[in-house]
Amino acid sequence: MPAPDPAATTTMPIGSDADLAWVRHRVRQCAAGLGFGLVQQTKLVTAASELARNTLVHGGGGQVEITPLADGPRRGIRLAFTDSGPGIGDVDLAMTDGYSSACGLGLGLGGARRLVDELTVDSRAGQGAVVTVVAWLTGAPTDRTGRG
Amino acid sequence: MQVPEQAAQGPAARELGDFLERRREQIAQRWADVPLFRTVFTVSRDEAVEACKVVVDALREVASSGRLDDVAAPGFDPAREQLGRMAASRARGGVSPAQVANEAAGLRAAAAELLRGEDLPAHEAREALLALTVLMGTLRVVIMETTVLAGDELIARQRQQLLEVATPVISLWEGVVAVPLIGTLDSARSQVVMESLLQAVVERRARHAILDITGVPTVDSLVAHHLMQTVAAVRLMGAECIVSGIRPAIAQTIVHLGIDLSAVLTRGSLADALEYALARQGTEVSRRAAGATPR
Repeated sequence: MPAPDPAATTTMPIGSDADLAWVRHRVRQCAAGLGFGLVQQTKLVTAASELARNTLVHGGGGQVEITPLADGPRRGIRLAFTDSGPGIGDVDLAMTDGYSSACGLGLGLGGARRLVDELTVDSRAGQGAVVTVVAWLTGAPTDRTGRG
Repeated sequence: MQVPEQAAQGPAARELGDFLERRREQIAQRWADVPLFRTVFTVSRDEAVEACKVVVDALREVASSGRLDDVAAPGFDPAREQLGRMAASRARGGVSPAQVANEAAGLRAAAAELLRGEDLPAHEAREALLALTVLMGTLRVVIMETTVLAGDELIARQRQQLLEVATPVISLWEGVVAVPLIGTLDSARSQVVMESLLQAVVERRARHAILDITGVPTVDSLVAHHLMQTVAAVRLMGAECIVSGIRPAIAQTIVHLGIDLSAVLTRGSLADALEYALARQGTEVSRRAAGATPR
């Protein structure tokens, strides 16, 4: 794991729909600043939007940490969404497309995973959840193209 | 201070009230040149003087009632509307609340100068000056209050305006309506869009409705969900709904996200969507043959 620069980390609260717009805006800014292309920016921002909404709707609000990463010449971004809600009981089930505990398309977590390079969920029922995603600028997209 | 403040304030406040009545005209003349009034009433100085008199009268009323440090004193009420308009005007001019507070402080200096010129016994003059200071401090708080309220009102009004301008339904052709969506499509916005679009479909007897998402920066599963609901509702009304303006980056993201939009009729651009709608209606648009003259 590359060493993130703690000084560059931005922490933003997620407590309302308006906060979601700010998170999207900030993530897009950060990604553009690191040189992400338009498609990669859009993917990352969309993933951030899904996960931030999960934090708000399922976790009852929380926060996100946006950290630029550097691993040799590679540049990337790590987003860590933290909430103290009921947690995710069955992570595998939550990742399944079409599974939704609230009304929606049920594509949030699974969809977000296909939009980024890494997605990890750290949660136990009743103890909140930390969902971390990492997207890399270099290392061209592998064939993780979903079923499109 | 040794004497109970209220007791000391009584006669001093009355003294101050008398002074404000006696010097009403002079105070108003001086205040009209203070930035707070001068910059608001730019057209006529007389208006500024009149406005100042309203404030002086309010202060005299408050002083007579002896409630010098009571922000909620009823005496301020007649001046509140006036102060609110001034605060709103200053806010529109880009002046910060702190600057407005500073300008309000300028009123005290002008009035104090006049009070010092009064022929009063030293003790009474001191007490009256003290009372004036307290009263002007209270006025400053009242002005701040109206400034903040004016800001809140401005925000609420702008929010409402934004909702209204954000969802125009445009008639592109007979029987073809379109909504160009711009910005974030949250639940509230999508509800407004759906309502106005369905309304337009009925009123303009539209057979085709086009949702153009060129101006939507992010299409996540919730936005897609809203789009699909709108499309389904339009279809229930007997019209056909076309989603246009899907940019390449958005298209790729939708595919990766796993959203199935195959049930939704989509076109790359608004022009393509219009062309499709016209073709479906049997309308033919063709270039004029060379040499033909326009009507």
